[in-house]
Amino acid sequence: MLVGVVFFVFLINFINAIDRMKNRSLISINDYTTEEYLRILDTAEDFEANPRQSLLNGYVIASLFFEPSTRTRLSFESAISQLGGKIVGFSSSASSSVQKGESLKDTILTVNNYCDLIVMRHPLEGSARYASEVADVPIINAGDGSNQHPTQCLLDLYSIRKTQGKLDNLNVAFVGDLKYGRTVHSLAIALSGFNTTYHLVSPVELKLPSAVKHYIKEKDLTYHQYTDLEEALPHVDIVYMTRIQRERFSDPMEYERVKNSYVLTRNLLKDVKQNLKVLHPLPRVNEISEDVDDTPQAYYFTQALNGVYVRMALLTTILGIK
Amino acid sequence: MDKKEKRTELKVSAIENGTVIDHIPSHMLFRVIKILGLDNTDNMILFGTNLESKKYGNKGIIKVSNKYFESEEINKIALVAPTASLIEIKDFKVTNKKNVKIPGDIIKIVKCFNPNCITNHQNITTKFKVIQQKPELKLRCYYCEKTTAKDNMVFL
Repeated sequence: MLVGVVFFVFLINFINAIDRMKNRSLISINDYTTEEYLRILDTAEDFEANPRQSLLNGYVIASLFFEPSTRTRLSFESAISQLGGKIVGFSSSASSSVQKGESLKDTILTVNNYCDLIVMRHPLEGSARYASEVADVPIINAGDGSNQHPTQCLLDLYSIRKTQGKLDNLNVAFVGDLKYGRTVHSLAIALSGFNTTYHLVSPVELKLPSAVKHYIKEKDLTYHQYTDLEEALPHVDIVYMTRIQRERFSDPMEYERVKNSYVLTRNLLKDVKQNLKVLHPLPRVNEISEDVDDTPQAYYFTQALNGVYVRMALLTTILGIK
Repeated sequence: MDKKEKRTELKVSAIENGTVIDHIPSHMLFRVIKILGLDNTDNMILFGTNLESKKYGNKGIIKVSNKYFESEEINKIALVAPTASLIEIKDFKVTNKKNVKIPGDIIKIVKCFNPNCITNHQNITTKFKVIQQKPELKLRCYYCEKTTAKDNMVFL
């Protein structure tokens, strides 16, 4: 009897969780609870085991990319195609009425009539949140300027869980541009729900901003700061690499001085933990040398593949199919 | 209120019924009028500015006839006039006194400091959440999620 009641309560909570996510836009990493993220990751796992399902038959998804993107746009479009959905949209502002001076509001209100969901990337920060206010259909933010890129964060979490078998109690190194990298900020915040120990490796100019450190301190988590990558590597399970851009430095001499200190080479991976995996949101330029690509630690291209499963999970959850 | 300040206040005539908004920083008087929409009302309005104030050096004052403000409405001026106080008058007598408080959400008053925020490029009403009041007021943009601190605030 008791088992029956417990199962019934679990079932009701599960159905409520599905209902709460249905038709809800995903704009910022803070829009979903930890439980909701985990549900998406579980669904993504199902898709990885069986990606070709005709779940989006009869659905039309708008893919509005107001600025260029390779991985995010193609992985969304691949996810939609593999599930049998149709895609309408554009891959740059130049091929839309934005070129004629159309406002974002008018574009969204128009496209809204032609689809069941909008995936959107835009160079201005806050554009996706605004679109979600204007549209009747849900919006998935595929990047709004330097603000948020929540689907990247979800695929990063998925990749970490897949390679380590868990998300809790891991040592994660963030390397490179920790000041401006939106993927670093989102992932660092999301991991604060999993008792992570942070190893922050960056030049002094590009340290993690205090607004992000606030989330780490709020949960009383440990973080270590380094300017030397080699020093951090023996302690960590995950290395999350990012690119350091020349234009971030006020003094070009300073860039020249530090640029090679944050390059991961095969040689540096000699004495690392066995379970260590290297992640990168890509594109890389030279921060991971090509001789790392065929080491057991290299995971960044599989990480990009995981983006397809995570996006399948998001699309079907938000449309109320899964 | 000391005698001198009382005499100062009398430079702006008394009202029979309505609200007196006192202790407005002088340079913010016209902004307060705009935020409260008093530049577009049929009620009788009296105002004075650069009046002497013992507490603040100088001040502005507005008297609005036959109008009483809800807290939600009057708190909109807290960002520009945190020292303002309200006196409600009925039959020439003071019936209530209130201070302004910074509301949890700031709508349409401040510009987002982030030049790359969508609100600075398209016709969108700005919205902020107050994330810190002291030691320095900080607002988080509802759209771009960036923080605008008191020193960087530009009023619309």
